[in-house]
Amino acid sequence: MGGWAIAVHGGAGVDPNLPQERQEEAKQLLTRCLNLGTSALRSSLPAIDVVELVVRELETDPLFNSGRGSALTAKGTVEMEASIMDGPRRRCGAVSGLTTVKNPVSLARLVMEKSPHSYLAFSGAEEFAMQQGVEVVDNEYFITEENMGMLKLAKEANTIVFDYRIPALGLETCSAGAGAVENALQMNGLPISIYAPETVGCVVVDGQGRCAAATSTGGLMNKMSGRIGDSPLIGAGTYACDICAVSCTGEGEAIIRATLARDVAAVMEYKGLELQDAVDYVIKERLDEGKAGMIAVSRNGEVAYGFNTTGMFRGCATEDGFMEVGIWE
Amino acid sequence: MGWAIALHGGAGDIPLSLPPERRAPREAALRHCLQLGVAALKAKQPPLDVVELVVRELENSPCFNAGKGSVLTTQGTVEMEACIMDGNTKNCGAVSGLSTVVNAISLARLVMEKTPHIYLAFEGAEAFAREQGVETVDASHFITPENIERLKQAKEANRVQIDYTQPIQKDLQNETHIASGDSQIGTVGCVAVDDQGNLASATSTGGLVNKMVGRIGDTPVIGAGIYANRFCAVSATGKGESIIRATVARDVAALMEYKGLSLKEAAAYVIEECVPKGDAGLVAVSATGEVTMQFNTTGMFRACATEDGFSEIGIWPSV
Repeated sequence: MGGWAIAVHGGAGVDPNLPQERQEEAKQLLTRCLNLGTSALRSSLPAIDVVELVVRELETDPLFNSGRGSALTAKGTVEMEASIMDGPRRRCGAVSGLTTVKNPVSLARLVMEKSPHSYLAFSGAEEFAMQQGVEVVDNEYFITEENMGMLKLAKEANTIVFDYRIPALGLETCSAGAGAVENALQMNGLPISIYAPETVGCVVVDGQGRCAAATSTGGLMNKMSGRIGDSPLIGAGTYACDICAVSCTGEGEAIIRATLARDVAAVMEYKGLELQDAVDYVIKERLDEGKAGMIAVSRNGEVAYGFNTTGMFRGCATEDGFMEVGIWE
Repeated sequence: MGWAIALHGGAGDIPLSLPPERRAPREAALRHCLQLGVAALKAKQPPLDVVELVVRELENSPCFNAGKGSVLTTQGTVEMEACIMDGNTKNCGAVSGLSTVVNAISLARLVMEKTPHIYLAFEGAEAFAREQGVETVDASHFITPENIERLKQAKEANRVQIDYTQPIQKDLQNETHIASGDSQIGTVGCVAVDDQGNLASATSTGGLVNKMVGRIGDTPVIGAGIYANRFCAVSATGKGESIIRATVARDVAALMEYKGLSLKEAAAYVIEECVPKGDAGLVAVSATGEVTMQFNTTGMFRACATEDGFSEIGIWPSV
């Protein structure tokens, strides 16, 4: 009990057929991020700085769905969003609709610290980025070949799957699609092999018991341009207060509806549950048919994960020397 | 148990010296919207339809900071946002950054019902509006002379405000006593419950006077400016940044569910303990037909009615 702790994630909802090399790559990235974070914590960097630097690393690496390597909109472009929250005083910053900003989480932090607002989006956010002099690049920088391929598959899958989201119906009930996709596991109406949520996030409690959280994503593959998910919404994808910090990932709409991140803290505050119990409660009771996962830390130095998906890329480390990364249950 | 409805036209530093010519039209608008909502509930319309139609009416009124009458961004433009939520399913729809859509709340409902998403913003939302054929107009339709004046004053004072300083009177006394210089009114909303306990909530706004282009407030953030589940429906108003941080609307419901507080107790706790004084107000109804309207600002334009015949229209705290 006590001491610093850090957790990271690279998305809840993993294709059980994910090739071994991909699993290894993911674990290496998570390990690298944990090492960055633990090193910063040992140098007494505050939680808010640690979550930002770890999420920057995740954004810069093309592996997961944030920054470079973001999922593509229906138009084949990238629109990124992120949020960051500092537990003491619950300061927060969020951005959506970024197309040129290399590190969305850093812009979210600037919104928190250098603007009178909490949330900036689209051209206004890009304008703010220019004023702040953050690093910007062409939209093409963020687009990977792999995601171009995924977009194509997603569009094909959508011509089989109905246009509107039909809760709990899978492709197996649609005769046109029955033979087309072997893996019946779905998230957000798409087969898991295509959907791959892979939002990234980090939560930290530092040596002084301060909690912070940050989440970043390119959003849903083949999303409508202008679609905002849970990642930039305080209380949904990200939350931090005096007692804990939470970052969520998975089906954005389900996370929003459940105000998932806030509920972990609310259940601790108002029902008196401890961190892991609160995470378990919220995953079990608040998602209805939604699929999601989360990482969380408490001011007492505890770490918890929870997910009702097949796997979540995650890792954690605590001051007593414990460290692990994992994908499956 | 019975139906109940509450609506608001914004909480903030509404000066007690508000002149009759500015007070009367707002009270009339609140009365009119309340009557519309009550009639709809009596006609057994689902609460989701009721909150939408009431908020459409509030948006169309130039008296309040939503739709026509929205406050202006720092560039003198209008960027509207809205959100609607259904208590039974917790389905929701939200929009931000609208500049031509006459009724943002209706577009939010279409996002909820006609897309696989919850939230669309800016160009993407405008494009969706055109696809759906909703009513759009030239952006100048929403701009009122009052708001042009407010923006001018805010720029002169180098201030971002939630609107409703008197643009004509220049009543500086009221503007300066809040440290940040914000005058805190803005946003419209409606919550309703039918006699079966079905709940719904809707909120709509033009945001903050002199806000940065692209600024999103609490209104479209589920759990902040709006929330509905099986316990209650809540619509909040005030300083968006504080409402987001305090997850105001969600917390009212969470206190009822997790701590067993009553609607009034939960609302009072959130307003008194969780947001700075002068920053917020809310209206809420519970599944059992209770209603509450609370604020820690000077005033809140509001109205409510319940099936047992109670009704109230107000601006400042009831004595």
